[in-house]
Amino acid sequence: MSLDSTAMLKLPVSERDHIQGPAHAPVILVEYGDYECPICGAAYVTVKEIQQALGDRLGFVFRNFPLTQMHPHASDAAQAAEAAGAQGSFWEMHDMLFENQDDLGREQIARYAESLGLDATRLMDELISGTYAKRVRDDFRSGVKSGVNGTPTFFINDVRYDGPRDVESMVAALNASCAEAD
Amino acid sequence: MNKETDQGILTSESIQIILAAGTAAPTFKLQFEHGKFVSLEDFRGRALILAFYPADWSAVCGDQMALYNEILPDFTDLGAELLGVSVDGVWCHAAFAKARNLKFPLLADFEPKGEVARRYGVYRKADGTTERALFVIDPAGTIAWSYLSPIELNPGANGILAALEELQAKKGSK
Repeated sequence: MSLDSTAMLKLPVSERDHIQGPAHAPVILVEYGDYECPICGAAYVTVKEIQQALGDRLGFVFRNFPLTQMHPHASDAAQAAEAAGAQGSFWEMHDMLFENQDDLGREQIARYAESLGLDATRLMDELISGTYAKRVRDDFRSGVKSGVNGTPTFFINDVRYDGPRDVESMVAALNASCAEAD
Repeated sequence: MNKETDQGILTSESIQIILAAGTAAPTFKLQFEHGKFVSLEDFRGRALILAFYPADWSAVCGDQMALYNEILPDFTDLGAELLGVSVDGVWCHAAFAKARNLKFPLLADFEPKGEVARRYGVYRKADGTTERALFVIDPAGTIAWSYLSPIELNPGANGILAALEELQAKKGSK
């Protein structure tokens, strides 16, 4: 038995995922990330620029990969985004969390929910009772099985992207995948 | 080239070949805390993951060990125990484990330096460290899967999980 040198996404993108852009875009970028990871914070900015560059040729999916033993708030933050998603505001909370990476305590999360006009009481209840804990763990497991080896890890059309993580390199890789898909 | 036979594997001064699946796992007895030892025999009847990594504190290793720390409950569910191994000493391991909140033992292949790594064919003589290498050892003490990773790449856990799942499937079909 050998380990494939090219790691592939084992859980296909589906309706369970949060996606920005067309679900059937020629190129789908999947990120496994952790809201408390500083490198993911940097990648958050990169992804915004990539989205600008590719427009509706790109679908972007974010899946949770919280390293909870290293980042004490990562699990709460991931569940908060999912809970916001249940109220139709996953991406708003996703952005809020990445823009406030150093303030991810429960009080702050409640404030973010309020400022986004969400039902903060419901969101906090769901957070405390772990309503989305399994969902987050399922994301995590799917990542491990797909060869996620740290955060962030990106997949371009189901193939792990191991190249440099600057805008230019990633846009080039995405464009190449786009061309293949055409 | 000074070739010598060690555990049935041909080794040389500079190049080693990682032990392959089907080979009996070489025995070891190493410290994991000051004055406390574990040996291969302690794990008979259970699956064992040996994760050799070059050094405490380097960034990639940190990521790799952090990942394994996180996935540890899944290893346990699959009936396996995890041991990290490097040439760092027990005090270095203790500080590293504490800083990263690691929940599994780190073994010190410290004296004679790298001896266990050599037995498994994963010592880098030029660097004086172990390779970044993974072994899954079955409950009878035979290597079920091994993998030598590029030194700078975190190999992740997918290979380990696949190997453990295969062991479980074999056990189930018996």
